[in-house]
Formats: sequence, C-alpha cells, structure tokens
Amino acid sequence: MAKKKFVVGCFDDEAVLFPAVKKVRTAGYKIHDVYTPFAVHGLDHAMGLRETSLHTAGFIYGITGTTTALSCISWIFTKDWPLNIGGKPHFALPAWIPIMFELTVLFAAVGMVLTFCYLCQLAPFVKKHHFHPRATDDLFVMVIECTDKTNVDDLRSFLANNGAVETDFQIAEDGWWLGRYDRDEMPFEHKQIVAA
Amino acid sequence: MASLRTQFEVPGKMKTWSYALIGIGLVALLFGMITKGFSADEHEQVHFWGTLMYNTIFFTLICNASMFFICVTTLGQAGFTQSFRRIPEAISTLVPIFGAITFAVLMYIVFGHKHHIYHWLDSEAVAADPILNGKKGFLNPTFFVIWTTLTIALWSFLGWRVRQYSREADEAPMSIEQGANYIWRGTIRAAMFTVWFALTVGSTIPWLWMMSIDAHWYSTMYSWYTFASSFVSGMSLIALWIIYLKNKGYLELTGQEHLHDIGKFMFAFSIFWTYLWFSQYMLIWYANIPEETVYFKHRVQGPYKGIFFFNLIINFLCPLLILMKRSAKRNYTLVTFMAVLIIFGHWIDFYQMVMGSLSKDHVTLGWLDFGILAFFVGTLILFVGRSLASKPLIAKYHPFLKESVIHQV
Repeated sequence: MAKKKFVVGCFDDEAVLFPAVKKVRTAGYKIHDVYTPFAVHGLDHAMGLRETSLHTAGFIYGITGTTTALSCISWIFTKDWPLNIGGKPHFALPAWIPIMFELTVLFAAVGMVLTFCYLCQLAPFVKKHHFHPRATDDLFVMVIECTDKTNVDDLRSFLANNGAVETDFQIAEDGWWLGRYDRDEMPFEHKQIVAA
Repeated sequence: MASLRTQFEVPGKMKTWSYALIGIGLVALLFGMITKGFSADEHEQVHFWGTLMYNTIFFTLICNASMFFICVTTLGQAGFTQSFRRIPEAISTLVPIFGAITFAVLMYIVFGHKHHIYHWLDSEAVAADPILNGKKGFLNPTFFVIWTTLTIALWSFLGWRVRQYSREADEAPMSIEQGANYIWRGTIRAAMFTVWFALTVGSTIPWLWMMSIDAHWYSTMYSWYTFASSFVSGMSLIALWIIYLKNKGYLELTGQEHLHDIGKFMFAFSIFWTYLWFSQYMLIWYANIPEETVYFKHRVQGPYKGIFFFNLIINFLCPLLILMKRSAKRNYTLVTFMAVLIIFGHWIDFYQMVMGSLSKDHVTLGWLDFGILAFFVGTLILFVGRSLASKPLIAKYHPFLKESVIHQV
C-alpha cells in the first residue's frame, strides 16, 4: 500500500479513446488502468494486457472436481459401504457420471468466482480509490501512473491534445484498504473533483 | 471493395480430385450392386442398401445443417456470418441433389419391400405384433412416402428461397428503410425453414428413416442425437471450406475471429452430442428393461464394441481436449484436423446407428463403405465448387456486412 501520483484523462468517446491509448503507450507512459462505463471490445488488446489465466485456473478446478467425485464415490461404493443397487455392479460408472459432471461444474464455477474476486481484489469492505465518479456513468477514464521523471503539466496537455475533455492530477492510494462507505475518511489528501 | 476477390474460380486440381473420387465411388457402387445388391442372399442385399442408406442420409443431413446454420443466425440477427455466408449457402445447394438420391434409395427400400431393413413393411408381421400394430399410424408405407417427399421437397424449396433472398444483397446499396425491410423479409424466410427443420430433423425424420429399423425399440432422444451429429459435422464442413478458400486467397474479410466462432460451435455441439449420447445410454442402462437394452446389447457387448467406444473417443474426448483452448480454435491447421476428424467420427456414428441394427452379428465396415463415402465426398466437392463459382463470394450490400468485417471475439 503506497500512495502514488496519477494523471487522469477523461474521454467522452470510444473512438477518441483508442488512438489516445495507442499514443500514450508509444510515448512511453505507463497506463495504470482505463475505467469504462461498459466493456469495450478490443481495449485490453490496445492496452497490451496479457491474456487472463482465469480459464486455466477454471480447468484445474474442474479437473479437481471430477477427480474428487470419482475417487470419493468409488471408494464409498466399492470399499467403504458397498450396496447392491438394482443388481448393478459396485463400480457403476454410468450412474456416477452425472455426479462427476455436477462436481466438475461446481468446483469450476465456485473456484473461478473466488479467483476472479481475488484477482480483482473484490471482497466485502475492501475499498479502492475511485479516480472519477463519472467512470461508472458516461466517461472513459484513463489513469496514467507518474514516475519521478514525469512532467505532469506536459502529460496533461498531451492528453488534452489527444482528445481528453478533462484532465486531473491526483495523489492516491494504489492498493486497497478496509473501510465502509457510510463513515469514511478518504485516506488521500487530494479530494477528487466531482464533475458538475 | 474493388480489390476483393469475390469471384471464385474452380481450380483444375479440385475438378480432377472430385471426378477421381466420384469415379472410385461409382466403381465401388457398381461392384457392390453386382456382388451384393443383386445377390440372392438377403444379408448381402441388406448390407448394400443399408450402406447406401446411411451414407445418403448422413450427407443430406450435414448439407442441410448448413442451411439451418444460416437460418438460425439470421433469426438471431447475427452479423459475423455475413462475410462467409455464401459458403454454407453453397453447401446447402447440395440438399436437393443428395435429397433426390436419399429419396430414390428409401423408395427402393419401401417399394422393393425390403422388410429385412424396415420390419414394419411386413404387413403380416405387423398384424400379429401388438407393438408394431400400435405404431401402425406412424410406421406405414403411405405415411413414410408422403412425409419423406414433403420433407425433401420443402427442405429444398425453403432453402432455395433463403438463397434467393441472399442474392438480392448483391445488387445495389440499400437505404436504412430498405435495409430494415430486407432483414425483416430474411427473418420470415429463415423462420419458415427453421420451423420445417424442427418438424423434420428435430423430431420425425430420424425416427422414420433410421430409428424404425429397430421397429420395436424407441428413444425420444434419437432425433436430437441425430441432429447434434449432423450439425456438428455441418459446422466442420463449413470450417473446412472457409479454410480452403482462405488458402486460395479468397475471403479476405473472414479471419481468425470468424474461425474462432465456428470452432466454438464445433466444440459446443460435440459436447451437446455427448450429452445426448450419454443421456440415451444411461437411462436405458439404469432401467435395464430388455426391450430397451436390445439396442445397446450388440453395440456395447457385441461385435460393435470397438466402433461404439472409438466413436465416443473421437467425437467427445478429442474435441473436448483439443478444441478447448482459445488458441486451438484460432489455429487453421488444428481446426482443419479436427473438422476432418469430427466429420469422419460422425460418419462412423451414422454407420453404427444403421448397420449396427441391420447386421448384428458382424461388422460390415469395408471397401463398399469407403467407396460410397468417396462418391459422396467427390460429389460434394464438385457441386459446392460449382455453386461457389456461380455467384459472388460476398453479399456486398448486406446491411450487416460491416459488423462481420469488424467482428471480434
């Protein structure tokens, strides 16, 4: 958890945002994140984000579910408590497949939801800094992380020249903290500007 | 769009290949007809006509699946199909041709009174058998002929109307009103085909043509199972043609993104097929009632055991494990490999569905099956190539074309 300096550029159109993202990246600035009101196709690609490994995790959870179900049922029905059900063999694989399938789905689904929450740092009372309240409404908010060498004024005018309708400089908490929204002390000095 | 190559020309090599395959097929057909078709032995006759039957039905259904794909994507107002929609259209032009062959084979079986194939043709046996007597309203020659005729005629006609409608987008740019009107008319035509498709492939036709070989046995899942088989092979066929045309330098507007979607269909419907395979199998296995298990007895424990489980491996395990990754569905080589494997797998599936009931004691898979397969593959290549060459590859004024060009998964 550390406070960092950020330059925030707000765009009101996807079509302006894409070339701006490209230019900011070629200019060598480090994009912290881009907050959009809705999922924008191809933005992850334009930002150069690596492909998520969530699906690989899902596959592993699924396989774990299948194995758990198979080993558990086969142990119960052949070793621990063999029962004669309708004259079927004790190792009655077809009857177990629905259960194996269900456990695969259950493990994969629950595992992926929890992993997703972990990756996005989502949990009750976990809070993160909002760079601009209109990011959830109608603005595309690009946040650039400043280094020691970054000239903030240059960067702000660079963003404005590339179509940003509003730019801002903020010193904000980079990570998450625990808190509640109803009784909150914002842990950063610079109060954000609420758009009129 | 002046730089696009929208006019396909049939390469000489493709013609040579298709004529060679048709030639091999005709030789096999002729030889099969002499040694088996005209043989005095009932078993040989059943072998010959059964082989023709499952091949004709399989190829008609996979070509028809292309038209179904166009119609459901039209109904769903899908944009991504527009850059390659002429390919499934071209494949669906085979429906009248293969449909006519299927019709001829089925009519020969019914009017030639082949009751070793369709037991319900034997009116004395039906009268003496309470189960067959109860099914008489559905399984009788009159209904069979009428329903088969209607089915093939309407598949061809309604499909032709959808293709005619698609050609209108070649002519001139449309205004917004004209475009909206165009989409609406397309929706109507596609809906008509889809409804008829549901009444035939989705329910009655597989029961009538193939399930009635085991006249006593029934499974309500059988039609869905057949549909899933034909649809996943149909998607594989579309993928193969897209990749072929891409390799020849056509279809500039179609790319990995579109292939990815086709790959998803191949993956998803392989799983769907397995779901139906398993549901049908498990219910019968669990209940263990003799009149139901009769279908699986010789398939799971008899001579068809190998084919039956081989079928599950190539139609379920291979697509599941190979097509699961995103990069696999975007890889032309892997998709080609999987498409060929899936089509072959479902051809084998149709083989065991028909021949497994006709020749219970021994597996008949041999030169005749592969010969007839060659005939159908050759015909398919020849006519799809011709049909592709007869019209532009891109419906360039279709209102959704841009959506397809910028399509991204």
